[in-house]
Amino acid sequence: MINNIKILYHQGKQYIPDVTKVEVPGVFRGRPEITNEIVDVNTLVELCPTAAIASNPVSIDLGKCTFCGECAFKFPNKIAFTKDYKISTNSRQGLIIKEGDVDPITLNPDLIRKEIYSIFGGSLKLRQVSAGGDNSCEWELNACGNVNFDMGRFGIEFVASPRHADGIVITGPITENMAEPLQICYDAVPDPKLIILAGTDAISGGIFADSPALNRSFLNKYKIDLYVPGNPVHPLTFINGVLELLKRT
Amino acid sequence: MDNYLVINNNQTVLLKDIPVLNYEDFLSLNTSFIDESTRHCVNYFAYKLHNKLKLICCIADDSNSTILLSSSEINVDETEYPSFTAKHLSFHIFEREIHENFGIKYSDHPWLKPVRFAYDRHDKNSTIDNYSFYQIDSEELHEVGVGPIHAGVIEPGHFRFICNGEQILHLEIQLGFQHRGIEQLFLNKTKLLQRTTLSESIAGDTVVGHTSTFVKLWESLCNYKADEDIQFARTLALELERIAIHTGDLSAISTDIAYQLGSSVFGRLRTPLINFFQIWCGNRLAKGLIRAGHSHFYFTKELAAQLENTLNAYEKDYSEMWNVFKELPSVLARLEKTGVVNLEQATAIGTVGMVAKASGLNRDIRASHPDNNYVDLKHEPITKRHGDVYSRTQIRNNEIEQSIEYIRKMLQNIPEETKERAPLSLPAPNSFCLSLTEGWRGEICHCAITDEKGDLMVYKIKDPSVHNWLALALAVRNNEISDFPVCNKSFNLSYCGHDI
Ligand code: SF4
Repeated sequence: MINNIKILYHQGKQYIPDVTKVEVPGVFRGRPEITNEIVDVNTLVELCPTAAIASNPVSIDLGKCTFCGECAFKFPNKIAFTKDYKISTNSRQGLIIKEGDVDPITLNPDLIRKEIYSIFGGSLKLRQVSAGGDNSCEWELNACGNVNFDMGRFGIEFVASPRHADGIVITGPITENMAEPLQICYDAVPDPKLIILAGTDAISGGIFADSPALNRSFLNKYKIDLYVPGNPVHPLTFINGVLELLKRT
Repeated sequence: MDNYLVINNNQTVLLKDIPVLNYEDFLSLNTSFIDESTRHCVNYFAYKLHNKLKLICCIADDSNSTILLSSSEINVDETEYPSFTAKHLSFHIFEREIHENFGIKYSDHPWLKPVRFAYDRHDKNSTIDNYSFYQIDSEELHEVGVGPIHAGVIEPGHFRFICNGEQILHLEIQLGFQHRGIEQLFLNKTKLLQRTTLSESIAGDTVVGHTSTFVKLWESLCNYKADEDIQFARTLALELERIAIHTGDLSAISTDIAYQLGSSVFGRLRTPLINFFQIWCGNRLAKGLIRAGHSHFYFTKELAAQLENTLNAYEKDYSEMWNVFKELPSVLARLEKTGVVNLEQATAIGTVGMVAKASGLNRDIRASHPDNNYVDLKHEPITKRHGDVYSRTQIRNNEIEQSIEYIRKMLQNIPEETKERAPLSLPAPNSFCLSLTEGWRGEICHCAITDEKGDLMVYKIKDPSVHNWLALALAVRNNEISDFPVCNKSFNLSYCGHDI
């Protein structure tokens, strides 16, 4: 007993007091900024492993970007990744960062269904479905609930059964072999329900986008409520994205 | 000596130098190889060559750091071939894969159960949705199906239990839900950065393990020697990954026996370790850190000081927690004698890594086929005898302590950054290369073959989980079904690494 109390005492305070403002350590690659500098655009577009960079104007699609950082290493005056981890949004178009864009990424309030705040504003239970995820996003989604990030303090939690859930969080590029289980799981969630895509693989297929082993037809059928980019998603990106989605608008 | 070729870890050879034997000789050579307990099969695979099928078998000899290569060419027709598996069970998974992908028939393979329902499998009518599980007809027994989607935030896989009351009689595991066709993508995607990104995604919890295996192999194909600072960083990162994941596993094991304190404390202790990866390379799972022929993230003296502080703080709290955990009767009651894999089973099915070592089978690439800084570290693997959940838990504790010691040793001698690196040339044509790495789960093996232009023609990935999933199925027999989660956690095998 005494030992347990000692252990507890030695942990100190581990939780992040304000997950909306905390600064992340290190050289984290979050929201990129692209200057108007003239560069060899063809080389820039070519070097990206997932065709996330487009020209005219130069832009980066965070739904395709693996955050490898190669473009910023090769063209440091053109592209820089900031440490801004608030990169979730609710429109696919909103993930595309163009030359000169320096504003924070936000959610488009017009696209948020009204019932989201009224029904889920105080408590949101989510079912996670890994559909070809490489266990990195799954890891980080687990970390959202640990004592450091403590997403549970906002009433947001992952639950064991779709029957208890208010929505699903999909990770991975959606393999052919997971297409049916994903559909069954989604159907088992009571209405109204959310769909969140977590990670580059889920949003666009990422590096797997043109693999013949995928079946992404599920995504054509439904409206996506939140896109959370990352490779993997950072817990702070996920938590802040969901908090924005649940805000009174 | 002329019916097989002897190579070392990370060595590139000409494909034509691997002897081609007739199938009977090929079978007896390789099955007799592993009559020696110091030898085991690290990869055995097939690929289409004109209208034949080429088989390549790679046997590692742990006693002298060599790998023995041999091959055979067989017809793809109605012929039934005798199986390696009938002689040594440890070949079962490789032959099941060859059967599933190419339709090769075996006359005496005990169970040609599908491996992963790959998109390019031979029999498209066999699907993951219509697979029929092994059944036992009995009034007393009942079946429990779990998954593919599980209660926790984890990857998918299906577990089918046949139980006698609360007791598990038999467990069948069906995987394949995570199949993304990675091996084919390695061929289709021709940019090096794309292939590196793919290797970072084979198993996102083993980024350092799989990516360093890929880059070692690639550099060898390009006849390139990585600079000392790069070798250093790869070794350091691999050990750091091991400490981080083992710590997270101790948290998960605590969760599954409802030991809240262990769950929270081990869980939060992982955070500064993976945050250190973010400080170093911008990603908590080390994506972006390892690149063939160069590095964007030199390991500086400042980073060393930071890592030292991180480890000092970690160690104090870690050992305080472990010392309570390891003696708590309610913890031991759940872990001891639960989920046993004995040495005989571990050897027969060809387990590797932590799982093998927990059962007394000494398999550790860092010691048996060392490269990078392991040559100097002179790693001595830790083994246990009981093969139960507690042994697998203890191995993690011992390996955490050992890896911290290795990192401390390495930090005393940080190589200077090489400013001018030699450029990476193109891979050699008509070549074969094999690379082995001891990731935190165990032995990772990648093999590649290039064509006459030097393009990748075959890429084969083997995660340690490929060997170890069967160990989990055996371990839970005669255990209470309520102990399944903690058994499963004590193995912590990869779904995506298996399904690739
Ligand atoms: S950081 Fe993103 S945009 Fe830049 S090269 Fe990598 S994947 Fe492409």
